[in-house]
Amino acid sequence: MTSTLTKRVAAGLFAAVALMGAGAAQAEGGALHPRNVNFSFEGPFGTFDQGQLQRGYRVYEQVCSACHSMNLMAYRMLGQEGGPFYDEHHEAARNPYVAAIAAQIEVPDTDTETGEPITRPATPADHFRAPFPNATAAAFANGGAAPPDLSVITKARHGGAEYVYSILTGYRDAPDGLRINPGQHYNPYMNGDMSPFWEGDEHHVPPGGFIAMAPPLVAGAVTYDDGTEPTVDQMAQDVAAFLAWAGDMHQVERKRTGFAVLIYLLLFGIITWFSYKKIWRDVGH
Amino acid sequence: MSDHESTYVPKTGIEKWLDERLPIIRFGADYMALPTPRNLNYWWTFGAILTLCLVVQIATGIVLAMHYTPNTELAFDSVERIMRDVPGGWLIRYVHANGASMFFIAVYIHMFRGLYYGSYKQPREMIWILGCVIFFLLIATAFLGYVLPWGQMSYWGAEVITNLIGAIPVIGEPILIWLRGGPAIDNATLNRFFSLHYLLPFAIAGVVFLHLWALHQVGQSNPVGILMPKDSRSKDYLPFHPYFTVKDGFAIILFLMLFAVFVFYNPNALGHADNYIEANPLQTPAHIVPEWYMLPFYAILRAIPDKFGGVVAMFAAIGVLFILPWLDTSRVRSMRYRPTMKKLFVIFVVVCLGLGWCGAQLPDANVIPGIGGGFTLFDGDINTYLWLTRVLTAYYFLFFLVLMPWVGLKETPLAVPASISEPVLTGETEQKG
Repeated sequence: MTSTLTKRVAAGLFAAVALMGAGAAQAEGGALHPRNVNFSFEGPFGTFDQGQLQRGYRVYEQVCSACHSMNLMAYRMLGQEGGPFYDEHHEAARNPYVAAIAAQIEVPDTDTETGEPITRPATPADHFRAPFPNATAAAFANGGAAPPDLSVITKARHGGAEYVYSILTGYRDAPDGLRINPGQHYNPYMNGDMSPFWEGDEHHVPPGGFIAMAPPLVAGAVTYDDGTEPTVDQMAQDVAAFLAWAGDMHQVERKRTGFAVLIYLLLFGIITWFSYKKIWRDVGH
Repeated sequence: MSDHESTYVPKTGIEKWLDERLPIIRFGADYMALPTPRNLNYWWTFGAILTLCLVVQIATGIVLAMHYTPNTELAFDSVERIMRDVPGGWLIRYVHANGASMFFIAVYIHMFRGLYYGSYKQPREMIWILGCVIFFLLIATAFLGYVLPWGQMSYWGAEVITNLIGAIPVIGEPILIWLRGGPAIDNATLNRFFSLHYLLPFAIAGVVFLHLWALHQVGQSNPVGILMPKDSRSKDYLPFHPYFTVKDGFAIILFLMLFAVFVFYNPNALGHADNYIEANPLQTPAHIVPEWYMLPFYAILRAIPDKFGGVVAMFAAIGVLFILPWLDTSRVRSMRYRPTMKKLFVIFVVVCLGLGWCGAQLPDANVIPGIGGGFTLFDGDINTYLWLTRVLTAYYFLFFLVLMPWVGLKETPLAVPASISEPVLTGETEQKG
């Protein structure tokens, strides 16, 4: 009796913890659930596809970085273990690919001789060049709202990389009866509430919200060196994978460590269980 | 019990020398030999688990403080820098962040255990009250710590919670400004929250010491709930080591496995995604929710239509725990022998979980979707989380203030064994938990 009671209580507690996480996720508004993508880095043993990270960086660099900063990223990170341009023969700061990538980008600086503002080629130690000098300038150039920094975007949105992919590929024509404000676009994966803009049946308000960003990807927007066809879907997957790496760049190492930790705890637990059995062998309790 | 005979015999000259001056080895040895009720089940292992949680939080916290910058311009980036550039920083930070949740899982189980087995009853009132103090400090520490990463939920959570103080009539406003260090949440707030977040864990450690002192003064409670014999050589006792060190050790390993699953595979599952957006005082998140372990109290806060009333109810929900030893009128400690109270206890656990669930929902949302607006009672539709929360809140207080005193007087408890050895020898309680 007590045994079943206590088990029930324990099961309930842990279920509740799990449910509360789900509860927080649920209360997000009327957006569609992000579309499922079978990313290589999902699951307890998933790892990043280095080619995909390289393609994803290219999409970011050639498309997204025109408006979106990644202030927490430095070029050297591209060459660290697990990164898009990691090469086991070079430490991250001396990685020649990374140095070459950085050198193509001009970053603002101050001339030490004259004190004048100048630009110079970036080094691996530099942080990613931001498209705007500050949030005010970014907002002014983008209709009043600064484009979000993408450094941790996959951790800052429910759905992570799948959310990014769904936003990028989810643009569609607004259904009849939905009023779109100038400078806005309809995206069913965006959070929001469409009911004030909806003139149709009040029980069938379209899901999603408005997004100021125009569809950013068009087929062939970038050229891939590895011959991959740069379709919108492919580019969206690649850049989502790159952002998932950038937002949590030690995740492969983390999962690998976790596996070792769990194996260790399992063995330690088995040994402790048998010690327990031995010590309590002849003791009624 | 503290009056059990010391069995420590100093062997070497150094030990003898030290034992006469500072009997610290004797203290440790006596602790290990502590006569412990032999029938303690796995629900009693959470004390050791909680000690581990505190040590883990302090150890990881000290390292994090070496890299963290308590400045509104730098805090968010400094936390992310720990995750990216500090060697092993991602591990330390994820252990600390998830450690808070693990701490609360353990503390809630520990409290429900105390409630079920009547561990708060005479002569253990001080253990329970000190435990309530620890719980209160734990909530305060967790709240302060959640503000430090300076994400959206950090900022707006701090805004909502400190505003509650402002709801106190007359003195609320000056206290609010004093707490925040200014008229709004800003750099001064972050600095003092960091300072207090570093201080409080050591205050908790101090109260934990008192909690254990009181525990060793009167001895541990046990699942049968009877007072233990005075003679520490009674066969109702077993020495703490090795019997309970190995049992606690096994439980700790199981707990660490759960901990590891979160840290290594779902490190952000218990947090809110909005906290990875840097705090922006000009942009309110769509839905401000506290961390899961505060949700039941947050629900009680929102259940009361008046703001100050809500604050009072929320603090009363914790405050009522302090007087629990005097609310329970039953002479039987363990609910194992209190069939009526046991059922009410199970409902209470479900109610607490339900309050947590309600705390995460929008108050106006329908509990049963699809049937739409039903009957409106006072200020809200019956079919909303607002009213579900109110019903659950009513039971929460009813349980302590009415059922505890009343059922204790009315119910007929089952026969309680005369000693621990009795049910052990008849095999009645073999392997529970």
